[in-house]
Amino acid sequence: MLANRVIPCLDIDAGRVVKGVRFSGLRDAGDPVESAATYEAQGADEIVLLDVSATPQGRANNLDVVSSVRDVLSIPLTVGGGIKGTDDVARLLEAGADKVGINTAAVERPELISEVSRRFGAQCTVVAVDAATRPGGWEVVVRSGKERTGLDVIEWCQKAAAIGAGELLVTSWDRDGTGEGYDLALISHVTAAVAVPVIASGGASGSPHMIQAFDAGASATLIASILHDGLTTVASLKTGLLAAGIGVRP
Amino acid sequence: MRVAIVPTGTANTASVSAAFRRLGADPTFATDAAAVRTAEHVVLPGVGSFGSAMTEIDRHGLRDALVERVEAGRPTLAVCVGMQLLATASEESPHVDGLSIIDQEVRRFPGTVLVPQLGWNRVTLAATESRFLIDGWAYFANSFRMLETPAGWRAAMTDHGGNFVAAVERGNVLACQFHPELSGSWGSAVLARWLGRAE
Repeated sequence: MLANRVIPCLDIDAGRVVKGVRFSGLRDAGDPVESAATYEAQGADEIVLLDVSATPQGRANNLDVVSSVRDVLSIPLTVGGGIKGTDDVARLLEAGADKVGINTAAVERPELISEVSRRFGAQCTVVAVDAATRPGGWEVVVRSGKERTGLDVIEWCQKAAAIGAGELLVTSWDRDGTGEGYDLALISHVTAAVAVPVIASGGASGSPHMIQAFDAGASATLIASILHDGLTTVASLKTGLLAAGIGVRP
Repeated sequence: MRVAIVPTGTANTASVSAAFRRLGADPTFATDAAAVRTAEHVVLPGVGSFGSAMTEIDRHGLRDALVERVEAGRPTLAVCVGMQLLATASEESPHVDGLSIIDQEVRRFPGTVLVPQLGWNRVTLAATESRFLIDGWAYFANSFRMLETPAGWRAAMTDHGGNFVAAVERGNVLACQFHPELSGSWGSAVLARWLGRAE
């Protein structure tokens, strides 16, 4: 049986880990290499690095951070932020990423998902979707949440999976950094609509929230603030998950 | 210690290189048949498709050299699609000939489970003993896999929509469907044993 995954997320700005609430008010949360190594030692199943200022600042991802993290990390590394084309992906993979997360550029030009998937494989192609609630559902937001697109999240997720995404990273903009728990309706609607693994993201403040997300169909849960702030460890979260009967790698 | 990595084009070799550097080895690329024949340790990495990887191997003229060293049991590590290339063919790329060292076709996972298999799964030894493998958790990223333990090889199995072959070993050859370079300290120990290092 495939284990459910626990994935710490490091939002990176100017070479440092940062964290905000609803993608704003970023505060310093440590050194990426140190954090990644610490979380691996605690039992993290993967690490996600998101260069949160790359797209807003119109620049490519910070390759130095990626290769420094790769040097110490012996678990999978997904990198997102600022990816506009397959050459950006090639550079990130050469720097040490195992998977890439595409967000804004995929919305602007969906063929990018197929291009990345054909050249590097679906297992490497993660489509990151930022979802904001609206009456009757959710709307895709881009540019680190600064721009609404009018796209329906469920339809967009189905399309992304159909054209080559091997995994979806679905973040609730409303819950991000709040500690109020994952948007479970969002997770269950997305997981019911696609046949690829879904990573739930945004709002977790402990293992009870993660249990809910796995019960709603998530294959993995993303966590950030509670780890960066030292409120808990991956090991202690996994103990809580195992006690609740959620299958994770011990 | 030199570890020569076979360039299969689309393969992401940064992670496998980093894993060997952490073990004190010196990863280089084996871009011609002579390098594949003479290198002490050869890695056949695998990301990308069965067809694209075989095309690259043939473009560099490495097919015979690879078959020779695997048949001779010389230190060779095949990872993910690299393991699948040891078979005769794959459902992923019909009409492409594999290295045909293992008489078997590689098949896609059934539709009853999530495909690709992305994540950690349990590896259990099917053989009574193994030189390189122990039971544990390994990281997989694959849509295709071998189903039968090949004759003459020791195998480890994993369950994803039914049992499949997680790894096989024969002589100093180790072929892993999982990514040892991404399987944490358990995976590093597998690589260290394959390099002939004590843990």
